[in-house]
Amino acid sequence: MVVALLLVAVVVGSVVFHFLSPWWWTPIASNWAYIDNTIIVTFWITGVVFAAVVLFMAYCVFRFRHREGNTAHYEPENKRLETWLTVATGIGVAAMLAPGLFVWHQFVTVPADATEVEVVAQQWQWSYRLPGQDGKLGLSDTRLVTPENPLGLKPDDPNGQDDLIVEAADLHLPIDKPVKMLLRSLDVLHDFYVPEFRAKMDMVPGSVTYFWFTPTRTGSFEVLCAELCGQGHAFMRGIVMVDTPEDYLAWVGEQQTFAQLTGTQQTSAAEPTAP
Amino acid sequence: MVDVTPGSVEAIPPAEVPEVELYHPHSWWTTYVFSQDAKVIAIQYSCTAIAIGMVALVLSWLMRLQLGFPGTFDFITPEAYYQFITMHGMIMVIYLLTALFLGGFGNYLIPLMVGARDMVFPYVNMLSYWIYLLAVLVLVASFFAPGGPTGAGWTLYPPQAIMQGTPGGQQAGIILMLVSLILFIIGFTMGGLNYVVTVLQGRTRGMTLMRMPLTVWGIFTATVMALLAFPALFVACVMMLFDRLLGTSFFMPAIVEMGEQLQHAGGSPILFQHLFWFFGHPEVYIVALPAFGIVSDLISTHARKNIFGYRMMVWAIVGIGALSFIVWAHHMYVSGMHPYFGFFFATTTLIIAIPTAIKVYNWVLTLWRGDIHLTIPMLFALAFIVTFVNGGLTGLFLGNVVVDVPLSDTMFVVAHFHMVMGVAPILVIFGAIYHWYPKITGRMLNEALGQFHFWATFLGAYLIFFPMHYLGLMGVPRRYNELGDMGLISDSAHHLNAFISVMAFIVGFAQLVFLFNLIWSIRHGREAGGNPWRATSLEWQTPETPPAHGNFGKELPIVYRWAYDYNVPGASQDFLPQNDPGDYAGAKGH
Amino acid sequence: MSVIIVFLAVIAGISGWWLSQQRLMSKPWLEQGVIDEHGGSLGPAMPTAKVGLGVFLAVVGCLFALFTSAYFMRMALSDWQPLPMPGLLWFNTLVLVLSSVALQVALMAARRGQLDTVRLGLATGGLTAVAFLVGQLFAWRELAGEGYLLASNPANSFFYLITGLHGLHIVGGLIGLARTSFRAWTGTPARKLALGVELCAMYWHFLLFVWLALFVLFAGWAASFIEICRQLLT
Repeated sequence: MVVALLLVAVVVGSVVFHFLSPWWWTPIASNWAYIDNTIIVTFWITGVVFAAVVLFMAYCVFRFRHREGNTAHYEPENKRLETWLTVATGIGVAAMLAPGLFVWHQFVTVPADATEVEVVAQQWQWSYRLPGQDGKLGLSDTRLVTPENPLGLKPDDPNGQDDLIVEAADLHLPIDKPVKMLLRSLDVLHDFYVPEFRAKMDMVPGSVTYFWFTPTRTGSFEVLCAELCGQGHAFMRGIVMVDTPEDYLAWVGEQQTFAQLTGTQQTSAAEPTAP
Repeated sequence: MVDVTPGSVEAIPPAEVPEVELYHPHSWWTTYVFSQDAKVIAIQYSCTAIAIGMVALVLSWLMRLQLGFPGTFDFITPEAYYQFITMHGMIMVIYLLTALFLGGFGNYLIPLMVGARDMVFPYVNMLSYWIYLLAVLVLVASFFAPGGPTGAGWTLYPPQAIMQGTPGGQQAGIILMLVSLILFIIGFTMGGLNYVVTVLQGRTRGMTLMRMPLTVWGIFTATVMALLAFPALFVACVMMLFDRLLGTSFFMPAIVEMGEQLQHAGGSPILFQHLFWFFGHPEVYIVALPAFGIVSDLISTHARKNIFGYRMMVWAIVGIGALSFIVWAHHMYVSGMHPYFGFFFATTTLIIAIPTAIKVYNWVLTLWRGDIHLTIPMLFALAFIVTFVNGGLTGLFLGNVVVDVPLSDTMFVVAHFHMVMGVAPILVIFGAIYHWYPKITGRMLNEALGQFHFWATFLGAYLIFFPMHYLGLMGVPRRYNELGDMGLISDSAHHLNAFISVMAFIVGFAQLVFLFNLIWSIRHGREAGGNPWRATSLEWQTPETPPAHGNFGKELPIVYRWAYDYNVPGASQDFLPQNDPGDYAGAKGH
Repeated sequence: MSVIIVFLAVIAGISGWWLSQQRLMSKPWLEQGVIDEHGGSLGPAMPTAKVGLGVFLAVVGCLFALFTSAYFMRMALSDWQPLPMPGLLWFNTLVLVLSSVALQVALMAARRGQLDTVRLGLATGGLTAVAFLVGQLFAWRELAGEGYLLASNPANSFFYLITGLHGLHIVGGLIGLARTSFRAWTGTPARKLALGVELCAMYWHFLLFVWLALFVLFAGWAASFIEICRQLLT
């Protein structure tokens, strides 16, 4: 009796907690409302299954608990029931998988008009690089990283000369413009994670990963590192500001290009090694 | 060869193996220390696993202290915190759960349940334990090494696992960790060969595969999987050891560490992740399948009813075992691997939910119209279903590739895997200990302490991990030693964290009560008799309790029926042991 | 990871075939009485030690399949420079084949009860296996002498690592062979040796097979073969 009641209490408590809990996802600031919707679908399906299974169990415990003279029913299997349950489960799974795969397809298909922004992670800070006037990012190589060239750009690549370098500072993005975040790491695995954007992806040293999204809300959002990257992991934070187009242009105007950065130091630095 | 036809029971020769090579112990040392008896090895495995598990429990307390009350405990530096989580995870998954289920329960139950005198290679079996112990000691040694144990997270992802920014990365910690894992795998392979070949070759007469209790099915399948999956971890560990010690570049790309160029070049961290998860995902089921098997037997015995849909249960175990080898990359949806893998692995991952769901249905349908005795093992079995269903369903979130994107690497993941492969299997382990303790010691565990232990553990663990999902949903990343002034985190979330920490201490305390019960009942428990639960499987039919060396006295039992003949219509009692000929003359034949 | 998947598919095929012999579709609750397996004979059909070795070889196979998988995945990256195969490896291969043949001869002799031939086979097998190991060490020295050091390129790292592990497995086999030989020289009748010799021969054939596969891999033929297959498919 007590056991059955407690099982019911677990279900009721969980459902009540779900609806009353003040802990819920942050207000979304990107186009990935699809992901939130898929989560909602999944919550409903799994919630119903959880409640059904545990309540049924509570009923069994109550109704078929041992009393003097009780005997169990003899039933080794029931083909029809099992088939029926299997098919129902299959349908439920498909109902979650289909929207999931559909949205994943969108997630991995970067729109053609997305502007590229590079995020460069290192222990334990975030830097960024934006394509300059030409709209193209120059080539880079971890081997070229020096204090003067913190992101390892190839000095002889013309595409890279006008790239804007934002070292260990905030990133600004224009609202409603799709961006393709190119993710690069100089040392260990990191993960560029802004909870409000929903999207995230690991950054792997030695290769460039990416994801895309469209910011839909102006404001300041916190960047967290979501892949363990050593003892400073929890303190690897940054800020992304989503700006109106005017504010964004003003910010871009304040940034330095790669050519400007190296040009100011060319006098002190010797001729860099041949690329 | 004697002609054996059903009905001519006299014609059946005694099922005594002619040359039973019993390694009769001759001294105290070979009886209790260097014993080749699977039952003694099982107890050695279990005690070692529980002992190291207690270390992991204390580590979890320490990290909950830090998470619940950040800044209060100065000795928990970020380095220490990462060392705690790493060792907690690694110990719990490998040195406790794997060792206890396969080395502990496998060793004790397989020979008894299939009607064998011992494992088929007892000497190798003994070596298996000693190598396991050595692995544990190497692991413990890393706590005392300069720089302490590794703090790379239990996944040990390179490059950070072997770099300076990670505790133990450029010191002895990571090396000892890798060596310990390699030893564990060698030791496990020795034991695993025994478990598999004993099931293949050691079954007594009449014990066909389809008559084996599901416990044996679960442990057998899990062992086969472990034998094939652990080599992947072995390969990953050896290659990482080379990278760390000999400067190769299997996993290490060109790296600038704190402004300094490292010697490595061109390696692939993703390669490690593939190898790791090729082991790591089957590992989840290596822990889960024995739990599935054991819980089936607990439910059936204590509900006095045959397990519902036995054949489906067997097929599901085999199916899950096979499928679990092609889902590994669902741990890597956001690792930067080719995005098109996501389609394949999401599909296989969600398909595996179907056989798993069938198992859950069959457990609750076994309860349906049963005669449920709410004994402590049964309570733990019920709690297992609740937590397993909960954790399994959140697995559908994380397995569905796009839903995983916001949730991966958050506390949601932590809550999910603790619920499904932490709490659920541990509850089964407790249930199993309450169930088989009378066979192992001849005495029952104390009931009142058991009730307290059950309620504190089940409700406490649920209260720890259920709310934790919502922290993850909010965006709290995992492996953060403190959340600091994160804008998105409300004050109430910090209170929730403190609450979880308090619950963790209560649950941990309940385990101390359980340990006390284990020790106290050896002497003071109620006498159990040979078959206190009136169960059918062979381990309850031994002539002596605890079973003597050789398990079954002079003659091995002959098996006449499957392991689930409870409340058979027309039978004289509510259970028919497997070696009970019963109404043999009226057998329905085969 | 395709190599390991193919390997596991083979294992799954064998297990599936075996399971299909186990009456998995039967309804055990309807069957009472003794059911004798293995066609009615009592006791297992295959010697337990042989089954044990078979399972162990599956694990070893898995290990090398995983190394091969890792090899191919690492090979696809840009810094890979294949290393030249020392001619000595051909000779080593020949020696290992000889070793396997010798143990096979010993096995057949053991079954016929010819103790002298068994001893000859075991001794030849053991000595040639040792010769193989020595040959491998010379091949290592030759490569190292030419500047192909362990850490200088992943191709080299893989070569040393995998051949080293293969050699370690042969060393392990030599311990087993030594035990069997000891019995052969201390008066055990030839027929009683048959099982021990068979286990050694099985292990040797398997390691020979692994070596041949590795040789194909290191020589680069495996990669070209896969390339041809890929071209045929597309």
